[in-house]
Amino acid sequence: MSNEKNGREVILSVKHVDVSFEVGHKKKFDAVKDANFDIYKGETFALVGESGSGKTTLGRAILRINPCSAGEILFEGKRISGKISHEEDRNVVRNIQMIFQDPAASLNERATIEYCVSEGLYNFHLYKDEADRIAKVDRALESVGLLPEHKSRYPHEFSGGQRQRVGIARAMIMDPKFIVADEPISALDVSIRAQVLNLMNKLKAEKNLTYLFIAHDLSVVRFIADRIAVIHRGEIVEIADSETLFEYPIHPYTVSLLSTVPMPDPIVEKSRKHIVYDPSQLDQSGEKRELKELRPGHFVLANSKEFAAYEEKITRLEKERRQ
Amino acid sequence: MEERKIVLSAKDVEVKFRVRDRYLTAIRGVSLDLYEGETFAIVGESGSGKSVFTKTFTGMLESNGSVTKGSVMFHGKDLTKLKTDKDWEGIRGAKIATIFQDPMTSLNPIRTIGSQITEVIEKHQGVSKSDAKAQAIEMMERVGIKDAANRFDEYPFQYSGGMRQRIVIAIALSCHPEILICDEPTTALDVTIQAQIISLIRDLQHELGFTTLYITHDLGVVANVADRVGVMYGGQIIEYGNVEEIFFDPRHPYTWALLSSLPQLGEKGKELYYITGTPPSLYNEIKGDAFAPRNEHALKIDFVQEPPFFKVTDTHYAKTWLLDPRAPKLEKPEVIRNLHEKIQKMTDKGGAFHVE
Repeated sequence: MSNEKNGREVILSVKHVDVSFEVGHKKKFDAVKDANFDIYKGETFALVGESGSGKTTLGRAILRINPCSAGEILFEGKRISGKISHEEDRNVVRNIQMIFQDPAASLNERATIEYCVSEGLYNFHLYKDEADRIAKVDRALESVGLLPEHKSRYPHEFSGGQRQRVGIARAMIMDPKFIVADEPISALDVSIRAQVLNLMNKLKAEKNLTYLFIAHDLSVVRFIADRIAVIHRGEIVEIADSETLFEYPIHPYTVSLLSTVPMPDPIVEKSRKHIVYDPSQLDQSGEKRELKELRPGHFVLANSKEFAAYEEKITRLEKERRQ
Repeated sequence: MEERKIVLSAKDVEVKFRVRDRYLTAIRGVSLDLYEGETFAIVGESGSGKSVFTKTFTGMLESNGSVTKGSVMFHGKDLTKLKTDKDWEGIRGAKIATIFQDPMTSLNPIRTIGSQITEVIEKHQGVSKSDAKAQAIEMMERVGIKDAANRFDEYPFQYSGGMRQRIVIAIALSCHPEILICDEPTTALDVTIQAQIISLIRDLQHELGFTTLYITHDLGVVANVADRVGVMYGGQIIEYGNVEEIFFDPRHPYTWALLSSLPQLGEKGKELYYITGTPPSLYNEIKGDAFAPRNEHALKIDFVQEPPFFKVTDTHYAKTWLLDPRAPKLEKPEVIRNLHEKIQKMTDKGGAFHVE
């Protein structure tokens, strides 16, 4: 099969995708440059970067909200970017759902929870009769830890964590295969974050879901992601397994990002050095950079000179770790 | 312990809001002494009252709210007695300044950066326009704006988020306040910028010697900046102490829970610890310990009678019945035992957060 790689089924392929916006007169701003990666079925793939790095834009490109200006995106082997038939478009909407950052802003405050959750069912006529629809809503609410009697309430009657659960139920009711979760816990309190992360993990295991988890916080990502891509100014600078990325961070930007994760320990935190990313330390010869495989599954953005330096660094780290 | 000078002293402050004919008690008797030159951090979740409490120091409560009990003493004056903007003159902004979360909303988008800084200097110091400009440029350079003289006439939209927050800091510090209140100063910023802003505030504090009061929900930030910490829940401070005491020897079950739910301590493949239930509604009268309904270690008395502060050390107090001599001995949860060793391991060579 074409959509298999390394013995694992690829559910989504982003192939050399650019997303650009027009700024004023014929000026272009490249929000995403040459994004190129695969997401395997059943994994949580995290996209980590600062605001303005293009992580949300890329997520929206997958959902067909932002058009790609180059490259293509394949879902289950079929192209979903650019012009596709109406039927295929509906198929994408059904199978790829989104969880938003701010549950207060993404729910219709004048609609009951029942309506909010049913909206997808209405749009796609995914129910036999009223009783079937209500049963489906009940099941979706139950799967996120809410009660059937919550149906008649309005979003403002819920706490932030509960509202985010409604947002998740709304996505789940479509029985999607793929979920783009755009900073799903950033707007929540610390104690609530843990609840929502646990819930996402539980649903993933139960329904064999695949997540694209967009975040800015590496500490959260370490807990939830199987693989991580670090994005900086529209370019993916490093992709690796979650463990590998934390054990062998290679690209200077990844290192800088890792050094700024606040640690809950006053002794450690006060003596910790924050490394500021300085792009001028990269090779300035002007040679084109591309994502190169440093170790199996570990990619880093580099030109040939930088790649040699990274190779040296990872070899040194591996030697140290083995001792 | 050496004698330290108290700059501000809040005693038993209660704040109520009137919302559609009902009264909400946002702050339920909070006391706090701020020492000169220290950094005190108030930690709590949204709705715990941390912002509301500090707004009483600058008279910035929303119009439907008022201090109904207690006092806030500052330079021999009770700040809770001040009513009009005129009363607050010379204190708010001048002696006690605040930095807010979102730098875009605290700056005026249609006025130049320079004019927004000089306005404050002219008003509070009564200096001439050209002197004010010179001071403003010096302040901009101090907070790390390169090429300040040329950027003086630019507008907020021409600055990045981090730069804007630097300007807000410059404005707040241009009157040399004695107390700087930082209300979630880095929450709206990126992690890399966050680290820069935090160290900027610390450097300026060393240089200018003001007292800093941080309000945050981020325990990582607290660990970095604070000398002392107060944990707020349901409109009260429920535990306070030196920063090491709060992280390494927490005593209140809510502090335990807060620390336990940090994602940094999570193990992959296992559930993260989380607090069940929701915070108490502040419309109702709270009986006993506000955290009791969500507390797996709650005692019978927690539902009946509000616990007093028990002393742990001279600097560390916690408001929980667990510290009563009659209470059963309970150890803090496994995840946060030996916290320092755990975190040290994570940041040492070979650990997940080690960088070089």
